[in-house]
Amino acid sequence: MMMKWKGWALATGVLAISALAQAAPPSAAMLSNACAGCHGTNGGSAGPTMPSLASQSKEAIEVAMKKFKSGERASTVMGRLAKGYSDGEIKAIAEFFSKQKLHVTAQAVDAGKVKKGASLQESNCGRCHIEDGKEGKDDTPVMASQWLPYMQMQMADYLSGKRKMPEKMKEKVDPMSKEDLEALLHFYASVK
Amino acid sequence: MTLDRRSFLKLVGAGAGAAGLPMIGRAAELMPKGAKRVVVVGGGYGGTIAAKYIRMMDKSIEVVMIERNDHFISCPFSNLYIGGILKDLSPLTIKYDKLAANHGIKVVQAEVTAIDPAAKVVTTSKGTVSYDRLVLSPGIDFRLEDMKGYDAAAMEIMPHAWKAGPQTVLLRKQLEAMKDGGTVVLSVPLSPFRCPPGPYERTSMIAHYLKAHKPKSKIVVLDANPAIASKGPLFTKGWKDNYAGIIDYRPAKKVTEVDAGKMTVLIEGLEDVKGDVVNVIPPQRAGQIAVAAGLVGDDKNWCPVNPNTFESTKQAGIHVIGDASNAGAMPKSGYSANSEAKICATNIVALMNGKELTDMSGINTCYSYITDKEAVSVAAVYAAKDGKIVAVPNSGGVSPADFSAAKMEAIFAESWLKNILTEMST
Repeated sequence: MMMKWKGWALATGVLAISALAQAAPPSAAMLSNACAGCHGTNGGSAGPTMPSLASQSKEAIEVAMKKFKSGERASTVMGRLAKGYSDGEIKAIAEFFSKQKLHVTAQAVDAGKVKKGASLQESNCGRCHIEDGKEGKDDTPVMASQWLPYMQMQMADYLSGKRKMPEKMKEKVDPMSKEDLEALLHFYASVK
Repeated sequence: MTLDRRSFLKLVGAGAGAAGLPMIGRAAELMPKGAKRVVVVGGGYGGTIAAKYIRMMDKSIEVVMIERNDHFISCPFSNLYIGGILKDLSPLTIKYDKLAANHGIKVVQAEVTAIDPAAKVVTTSKGTVSYDRLVLSPGIDFRLEDMKGYDAAAMEIMPHAWKAGPQTVLLRKQLEAMKDGGTVVLSVPLSPFRCPPGPYERTSMIAHYLKAHKPKSKIVVLDANPAIASKGPLFTKGWKDNYAGIIDYRPAKKVTEVDAGKMTVLIEGLEDVKGDVVNVIPPQRAGQIAVAAGLVGDDKNWCPVNPNTFESTKQAGIHVIGDASNAGAMPKSGYSANSEAKICATNIVALMNGKELTDMSGINTCYSYITDKEAVSVAAVYAAKDGKIVAVPNSGGVSPADFSAAKMEAIFAESWLKNILTEMST
């Protein structure tokens, strides 16, 4: 009976003003849609320096948000925003974006660099950046179709030490030239 | 709000044609309503997103978006055009064709002239449209009664440029035509108004233009507020570091009257300030259509709403989002309107399906340029608490005071614009 009455009241708008107390906690979509102003609808970014979140690994988003929140990962606005969410809410946001379809980014890539990057990916990075970067082991981020300018900014942060490289990544990145790294990023940007 | 001749003829035509009789009282119904319909009034930062997200969440709801123009020009970033950094307004302009096609939104280009909350009918310049729920995202209008002498003619001489479009172009042309050594006067109304940091970004951008092209000139800022209303320490430092001797900022100077003939503004009947270019940002309230529909609160200016549904507390079935609403701690910004639209859409879909409501969760992120290469930001997360929208404690805030992130933020701001306008137009 209770449910029936409530359903009727909601449908007719009787409760519209007083229903506040009955509202459910913010859903994953409610939390995540607010991010889309900067990261694009369902996490498909149209801005070259803002990463797409659609189809990103949920572990990667969760770890990134928690590091933004603690300040371990440097940021401009993300630290201030991440502090506004509980760990449970972060998990819900991460799950929401991980379930979205991969956003294929329309961007120009250099064919020669893509070719070179493909072979470097296979011999160096493929164990963690699985399936040409379409998947990630544990909290390794998905790289496929990510914005090149965003990845270049992140790589610059890794190389300067502003962002801490995972040990396994450091072992692979240290011997590579700047040209190698640039080729790798072009490769990831090209994956659809 | 006036009908132009063409719209008027269409209105008469529709009225006579549909009924086969001379037009009486009300115009003809433009499009018969099916089972469930939401009408959205306004195709800006709020309206486009409300229309899109309702359709994304429930294809069984018909969505009609009514907007007077066939395009929208963003206020965010329009200060960069005024400052000579953007060469035209095309990067700030969106059309509705892709949005309409991608989501099956019916876009009607018409002027809304009246709302009947009891009958649930909107009257437009092209006919009437019935609704089950109405979303109003009308933006702001000016409280001209609080700015004596500032009529339509005066606006063509002393532009406000607070609605992006011809006014924005006019202000830039005036700056370009001004002699070197001239004075620009900018008046800022008491808070709250559309875009709290906007007047100070505009000051920065005008100063940027003057520094580059008219270095003997200056800008006098007459602010009705006791201090800079948003990002104060950041603007103060940005101005000191970049525009010393160009910006003359005067707090607690409330402009109450203008004389377009003499190019002067009057501060509370006491003090005249003359400019070669005068940019008057008038006091504001919710868009006229919201006022006419009886949606403004005790303050007579803004529309009180339920924080989870954005349904008006004055009229059931009408939701108000964006600058026109009183959204508690959420500022009157483009990003807030985007976020509010999604909150409103989520709970409208719940209401129309007899489902439980969801507590709101919102974000505001907004950038202000200080120079062509440096920007500062404010960002915050919002939640519902005790029936009010509040900023989540211990979160949010502004850019570092030392400008260490300012160059990076200017780059991120460009992606902010691309993403938010893409959300609105696709």
